[in-house]
Amino acid sequence: MSYETAFHQVNMTYGNFQALKDISFRLEEEKIYGLLGRNGAGKSTLLSLLAAYRKPSTGTVTIGGQEVFENSQLMSQVALSYNTDYSEESDKVKDMLDAAACYRPNFDSSYAEHLVKQFKLPRDKQVKKLSNGMKSALNVTIGLASRCPVTIFDEAYVGMDAPTREIFYRELLEDHARHPRTIILSTHLVSEMDYLFEEIIIIKRGRLLMQERSDQFLELGVSVTGATQVVEDFVRGMKRLSTRQLGGTTSVRIYGELSEMQHKEARKLGLELGNVSMQDLFIHLTEEEDTDDVQK
Amino acid sequence: MSMPFDEHKPIFLQIKERIEDQIVNDQLREQDQIPSTTQLVNFYKINHLTISKGISLLVDAGIIYKKRGVGMFVAEGAKQKLLEQRKDVFVDGYIVPMMQEAGKLGISESDIIALMKQVKGSGRNEL
Repeated sequence: MSYETAFHQVNMTYGNFQALKDISFRLEEEKIYGLLGRNGAGKSTLLSLLAAYRKPSTGTVTIGGQEVFENSQLMSQVALSYNTDYSEESDKVKDMLDAAACYRPNFDSSYAEHLVKQFKLPRDKQVKKLSNGMKSALNVTIGLASRCPVTIFDEAYVGMDAPTREIFYRELLEDHARHPRTIILSTHLVSEMDYLFEEIIIIKRGRLLMQERSDQFLELGVSVTGATQVVEDFVRGMKRLSTRQLGGTTSVRIYGELSEMQHKEARKLGLELGNVSMQDLFIHLTEEEDTDDVQK
Repeated sequence: MSMPFDEHKPIFLQIKERIEDQIVNDQLREQDQIPSTTQLVNFYKINHLTISKGISLLVDAGIIYKKRGVGMFVAEGAKQKLLEQRKDVFVDGYIVPMMQEAGKLGISESDIIALMKQVKGSGRNEL
């Protein structure tokens, strides 16, 4: 069956608070998606709808054309890893893995063992006694080894130290290459995860701001560096993301692609054009005081 | 680990150049398998779309070739091809900027030749 995932005009309301507003998008199979948004933008709400933890107030969430809510057959094919509360969990690490092996049809126990070694997870320790980073590593282990056609990591790195996050990212890419499937990673650690995403989805205050291929997204920004006055003249009227100055040199990051003419002009003026990071673009697009939403 | 990328140049071109360098320096020999896209992504921390773009330039140029389901390999004659390409751009890439700089500094042509001999004699030019 197809595991194409679709949100169609989804709204989600908690009391008076509208967490998601008219969200529609499609996720193709076998791609890695980055779901980006500031704190409280609605990332976790959106993912919990996809994992059928909740039912949308209005609209539909479908996988392969079937609605996900209360669809037990589909739910064995969707894995959601998030920052689980394990404070009461007296089971041991190995018990959790055995349980996952039971209810996840594609669970690969030998791959799980490999991850346990990579993350140095203590198999015989009670889960509630693990450090936060280790709890996250356990969630990631179960999430990856489940090999679900739709695999979701909702800020699953919380508490992991930098070397552990490296292991997570490396294992994710390698296992995705071996067993392609839809993977969705929500994060605000954009700068260290940007290379993982084939496409990104940005939500802002409950609305879908954009969905774009990573490489095309990065082309939305350009940095202009050179003598301060020349740079200032060149970028006048352009949408400025940030400015850095050192002595008589200024580097301005702008939002928007430059025309062929502007490229030529920049070369003639001796300006250096460069790349802008996904993080810079993300920060700009999700700035709270910015009321005029930039739509592409 | 890996050298940082130059932010004033498209990354996919830099990926292409790094693989070319490895072929020219014999780190990758003809018929050797080159690292997979996933390995390159993990190593350079660069998106696979960007890596793929760099690689497809090398495939189009006949420097590397793909074997379906197996991987990517350095083509026969790849090093020779790259060396010839580099000779073609040597004048524009090295001689012209050197002469421009020498002009600014007032270094004559005979001085340049003398300096080149001096550098060669000192062994500083060896890789």
